[in-house]
Amino acid sequence: MKLNSPLQVYKYLPQINCAECGDATCMAFAAHLIDRSKKLENCPPILKDEFKKKYIELQTLLAPEIRQVTIGIGENAKNIGGDDVIYRHQLTFFNPTAFAYDVWDTMPEQELVERVNKISNFRKFYVGKFLKVDMVAVRCVSGDPLKFAGAVKKVAETTKLPLVLCSFDPAALRAALEIVKDRRPLLYAATENNWGDVAELAQSYKVPVVLFSPDLDKLKSIGATFQEMGIKDLVLDPGTYPQGKQLKESFERFVKLRRAGIKEGQKDIAFPIMSVPLNAWLVYKDAVTASYWETVLASVFIVRYADVMILHSLEPYAMLPEVHLRDTIYTDPRTPVKVAPGVNQVGTPTKDSPVIVTTNFALTYYTVESDLSSNKINCYLASVDTDGIGVEAAVAGGQLTAAKINDTFAKANFDLKEKTSHGTLILPGLAARLQGDVEDATGLRVMIGPPDSGRIPGWMEKNWPPKQK
Amino acid sequence: MTKKIKLSELGSLFGSLDIEALEGVKIEGDVELDLGQMGLNPQMAYALGHETVQLAFHLMNISRILGYPVDQLPGAAVQQKPARLSNLIESKFSVARNEEWKTPIQEVVLGATSSDGGSRKSTVTIGGENALPYYFDSPMPHRNHITMDVFDMPINMAKAVKSNYEDVINSPAEWAKKVVRDFGADMVTIHLISTDPNIKDTSPKDAAKTVEEVLQAVDVPIVIGGSGNPEKDPAVLEKAAEVAEGERCLIASASLNLDYARIAEAAKKYNHVVLSWTQLEINAQKELNRKLMKQCGVARENIIMDPTTAALGYGLDYAYTNMERIRLAGLTGDTELNFPMSSGTTNAWGAREAWMISSPLKEDSDWGPREYRGPIWEIVTGLTLSLAGNDLFMMMSPTAVQVLKEITQTLYGLKETEQVNIDNWVSAVV
Repeated sequence: MKLNSPLQVYKYLPQINCAECGDATCMAFAAHLIDRSKKLENCPPILKDEFKKKYIELQTLLAPEIRQVTIGIGENAKNIGGDDVIYRHQLTFFNPTAFAYDVWDTMPEQELVERVNKISNFRKFYVGKFLKVDMVAVRCVSGDPLKFAGAVKKVAETTKLPLVLCSFDPAALRAALEIVKDRRPLLYAATENNWGDVAELAQSYKVPVVLFSPDLDKLKSIGATFQEMGIKDLVLDPGTYPQGKQLKESFERFVKLRRAGIKEGQKDIAFPIMSVPLNAWLVYKDAVTASYWETVLASVFIVRYADVMILHSLEPYAMLPEVHLRDTIYTDPRTPVKVAPGVNQVGTPTKDSPVIVTTNFALTYYTVESDLSSNKINCYLASVDTDGIGVEAAVAGGQLTAAKINDTFAKANFDLKEKTSHGTLILPGLAARLQGDVEDATGLRVMIGPPDSGRIPGWMEKNWPPKQK
Repeated sequence: MTKKIKLSELGSLFGSLDIEALEGVKIEGDVELDLGQMGLNPQMAYALGHETVQLAFHLMNISRILGYPVDQLPGAAVQQKPARLSNLIESKFSVARNEEWKTPIQEVVLGATSSDGGSRKSTVTIGGENALPYYFDSPMPHRNHITMDVFDMPINMAKAVKSNYEDVINSPAEWAKKVVRDFGADMVTIHLISTDPNIKDTSPKDAAKTVEEVLQAVDVPIVIGGSGNPEKDPAVLEKAAEVAEGERCLIASASLNLDYARIAEAAKKYNHVVLSWTQLEINAQKELNRKLMKQCGVARENIIMDPTTAALGYGLDYAYTNMERIRLAGLTGDTELNFPMSSGTTNAWGAREAWMISSPLKEDSDWGPREYRGPIWEIVTGLTLSLAGNDLFMMMSPTAVQVLKEITQTLYGLKETEQVNIDNWVSAVV
């Protein structure tokens, strides 16, 4: 964005401190606009006629350096791009890389439907939410527009996820667009050969479009031409070569494009970038090797600037690291990953239910909590304030101590002798060395749980309820 | 009152295409929006014909003269432009090199050959970068290197890893030979974990014997690691440094929570390199490096940093950003942080996704075979950190080593392969 201090933003705001945005002052709201935690539309007064001019000016000045492009419609729509920084610690990256997994028009229908469902239904629990994948890319392999349109129709009937329509043949793209023109699919792709016809499709169907050329001069030329024609929702594919020097050069192109867009403010190429890790399959035929290499390519370009990518492997060992790495890179570094300390109920605990201790590091807490609830273990789960540090490190660093544990129960007014029939605490296996200390500090019986909460169900079977002394 | 301009009026209003024609018309922000409401989008403009497009064009120019930011308006889609061009607009792409990276990363040599007072056949040089890894601004002077783990006693390992080491698990020397001979390790790390008083409490003297055995078994540079026990490690590493005198081993590690001065002293006395280890905290890293240099007198060319590796899904976001910040600080002139970095990539195996047979959560999609999940977890953890600037990787799984080498050396520029044509990837049968 073009503004970098709240004061600069403040000048454009109504300056009436009406607090309708939820902030007490316009200056505070300005700070939220700068860190992008609030939107201009959160300010009702500026939307009124009298401020229209300022609203429009400010909207332009606050626009992200990299254009944000929307693919799909409704609640499944995905925004891509919209970034303002080249390193995540400078602010945060916005709009996690959209993962589009491919299907193709020569697949038998049943296989196609199964594959689409697998893509739509993929989920991996992580820190209180599910990691999912985003889109279906339909490839025209047959060369037959009708067949392609048929496959697109079937995919559209099967899933609500946004679609990427992949063909270099404008006739095929047009046939597919006719089927899903209301779903705002992403068109792939305009090249130096077909750009005129594809531009016309992007114009008349008003859909976002990918420009493909590994030659950055040509890519910029096509981009400039499209913009001249009034087509603004562009995505750039500078080519993802799967190996050798060509791969090194691909990497360099991604870095160059993003640097030009953000650091140098070159508006004419400041668009979301697409990577195609699927190209790993052009050189590796063995499914495991190809899946591994595809994951490697995906990882490189998740870290360095791909905003959307096309992938093939649905193997869990490819998808799990991919969704986790994307989360790693796009997690907001400004948000503390802590949960509130306290004693929480999981399920519907009774006096006979176990009381389990963990830390307030969000990842630890949610992992333990989900392991318990998913296995229907009713219990109390205490989150000790360890400054958001995990069990092992907090024991080593002195953030998880007997005193802290005691304190957590005291502050929560949770008296184990009164609330439970057993007066027993369960410590994480990685905090085993605190057992004696905790017994002394609390006067309770202390049991040592497994080192990984995934093993609590098995541990419970053997150890719960505790044997009478 | 603002007069609304109607499409039908445009002709008479701007017939002269002269700014005077605007007299009596109050141009407010809503003029442009009115235009937008009239539907003068490119398609419409095109449909209405060239003349109207011309008018819209001039109206926009006028607005621009009057200081309205028409280019950004929704209505500015107004677009006088022709709907279709017959030729591509010629364009050249260029981007500048990063001029802020003026301070090179320190170059560090591990291992010493006979001409330098050691007995290694080869040495490993890391560091020396003038840019982020693999960037076009300045080529990396040295490729990434991998040192593979060897333990001085059998340990618990994930199944996928264990199968590779079952035949050597009781002999650190054989284990070391195997990783160099069969798995392409550039270096070997001997972890003296049995010295931990809570494990076997092996004496520093006995631990040093293991180090000597490993030095005799392989001729690559080695890393000597303690057990992580802050009370015991200084004595163990001191004795190990002594028996490895002159070999320029990497001594792992000095940290703020143990007697780092004693470790630094041993490294200086017996000619080794110190691994400066901190836990995900850039300021602590600065502090420890400063202490090693200023207080302990360790030379710059004898320091490598380990800013801590957290596994993918278990804090890799912190580890990644911490390393990237450290590297950027170094390149832009912080001489307390411009050292090469090392990663305990093996930590990736701590992630349950790497080793657990299946998800403990019924709601998760199938996790698939763990034999394939483990190595890729280690690869992705290492690869991510390589992009942040990590130079040396301490690793465990032979598959992971092989793949990480392939990708880091490709990005470094060592891999020559056949050219691949990706122009028709869309219709590829895969």
